[in-house]
Amino acid sequence: MAASLDAIAGRAPERMGGVSRVLLTLLPLAAVLYGLIPVLFAGQPYWLNVMTNGAVLSFASLGVWLTFAIGRVNIAQGAFALLGGYVTALLSTLYGVSFWLCLPASALVAALVGAAIGWPLLRLRGIYFAMVTLSLTEAMRLAFLNAPGLGGGGILNIPRPAGLDTPLAFYLFAATLLLAGYLLVWRLATSRIGWVFRSMRQNEELALSIGIDVARYRVVAFAICSAMGGVAGGCFASLQQNIYPASYTVSDSINFMLYCFLGGLDFVLGPIVGTFGLVIAFELLRSIQEYQALLYGILMIVVMLFLPNGVISLFPLLVRRFGRGAS
Amino acid sequence: MEQILVNGTILAANYALIALGITLIFSIMNVLNFAHGQMFMLGGLIVYYVCVVLHLPYALALIAAVVIVGLIGMLFEDVFFQRVMRISNREENTMLLAVGTSLLLENAALSLFGEKQRAIPPIVSGVYRIGNAFLPASRALVLVLSLVLIAAVLVFVNYTKTGRAMRALAQDRTATLLMGVDAKRISTLGFGLGAALAGVAGGLLISISGVNAGIGTAISTKAFIMIMIGGAGVISGSLLGAVVLGFAEAIGYALIPGSVTYLLIFVALIVFLLFRPQGIMGKPAA
Repeated sequence: MAASLDAIAGRAPERMGGVSRVLLTLLPLAAVLYGLIPVLFAGQPYWLNVMTNGAVLSFASLGVWLTFAIGRVNIAQGAFALLGGYVTALLSTLYGVSFWLCLPASALVAALVGAAIGWPLLRLRGIYFAMVTLSLTEAMRLAFLNAPGLGGGGILNIPRPAGLDTPLAFYLFAATLLLAGYLLVWRLATSRIGWVFRSMRQNEELALSIGIDVARYRVVAFAICSAMGGVAGGCFASLQQNIYPASYTVSDSINFMLYCFLGGLDFVLGPIVGTFGLVIAFELLRSIQEYQALLYGILMIVVMLFLPNGVISLFPLLVRRFGRGAS
Repeated sequence: MEQILVNGTILAANYALIALGITLIFSIMNVLNFAHGQMFMLGGLIVYYVCVVLHLPYALALIAAVVIVGLIGMLFEDVFFQRVMRISNREENTMLLAVGTSLLLENAALSLFGEKQRAIPPIVSGVYRIGNAFLPASRALVLVLSLVLIAAVLVFVNYTKTGRAMRALAQDRTATLLMGVDAKRISTLGFGLGAALAGVAGGLLISISGVNAGIGTAISTKAFIMIMIGGAGVISGSLLGAVVLGFAEAIGYALIPGSVTYLLIFVALIVFLLFRPQGIMGKPAA
């Protein structure tokens, strides 16, 4: 088995030195997150908040991207964000657990639940998986709505994370989280596991026939995705200091999926570009109040029609055209 | 008990229109129409607008809903889906485009009609009594209209030339093309018909329970549940799914609190899919 896997991995494009490659991938993003954004918005708490939202949402979208990588359309990320949010909320309000311990707990619970539910459900494919994960989001909301002891309501007065008192501090934390998530997913996608995932997306039977334990890999991908959703949910619960069953609905799950898609499914950077692009576009359209939602919808369709492989696919396209023009 | 049966029958008939529409679109185009609930919502709001704002008769409103939503469906197919199917390099892309169109419709409806819950005055008055159950005349009318429409669609799909072409296209696109069927036209028609069915279902249901601009996702979710139960792309399956969901909902609402009903339906659905992932009537390993 190892030999066949190496054969797949061996098809990876030119391999640079490990460290320089990591730096090359991380530095531009780090420069934007730590340099550009804080400098631009340091004096504007509102926009800093928007960027914090963007960073945490991107983190959750990165997880969804990972399930796209194994060829599943996952509309359940809202469910795991809700779960993670409630874990953080309950631990911190009932037992006074520190935010810094709640967050890993949220990740762990979401990953375990994701693995338990994912193990059987991941046998489904295509639209069936999409539909059943969508149902899962709704089921999770209804479960918390009817959970005994919660009284059908939300949890209020969730303490803010210790040590993150200013919007800038919280933003920097969110940016660090996003960078860590990006590094994790990028590392996965470019490693042997990434090639295993891609082989599963293209042809699951074929991957199975060359000895890849398809069932295990897809559960791993789904559990990582769920854990990232759980962490994002925990962050938002603490940032907004409340959580309700309706905090994450089917529309949120759909949005996570759209962010990945609009950024570009072929790029690890895709979900981040897609999330920030749409979050910022939505804020900018706020100035035209009544048509905000309508223009947002139109914008989305236009991107799909003209860049069906994501916004990032524009750059290779431009480079090619530019290159051809020069030569 | 009789009341539950009556309510279940009305729900099942209305849901069958929704499930038939989404199944037609899925089987012909292989597109999961995420915008189906939004088309339903739009049909309802058009009926509201024609009936309440313009003071025109209900029959006219229903026709307007069918025509407008049907045309929107045809337009979407012709302008959006054909292009994306041609140039995208992943099959998920049409599903995501459908999500995009659903957002577009929902936001357009929000801008045009606002976010208020809309309802129309009863079309006919009076109540029928069946055993111990009460059946308001307006609900009876909705039931009859739904059943007539279902029958009409089944006759159309099974016995007319265009309907047969649609079924052929669903079975084997290449062979159908070779038989000289104008696949592009039939696809557009099929998408329009599916959309029109969603529109008319919304136009009928607004007379019972009212419609608001945000209802779309919930209706789409119901449509998905039905085709997961019955099997995606199978017409008999979609009708079966509608009957199962309609009665499950009617029984649940009568016996347990509303939101627990759907929680149980979801749990049952997930367990059911573990044993029969292709639904009751679906083809295995699709």
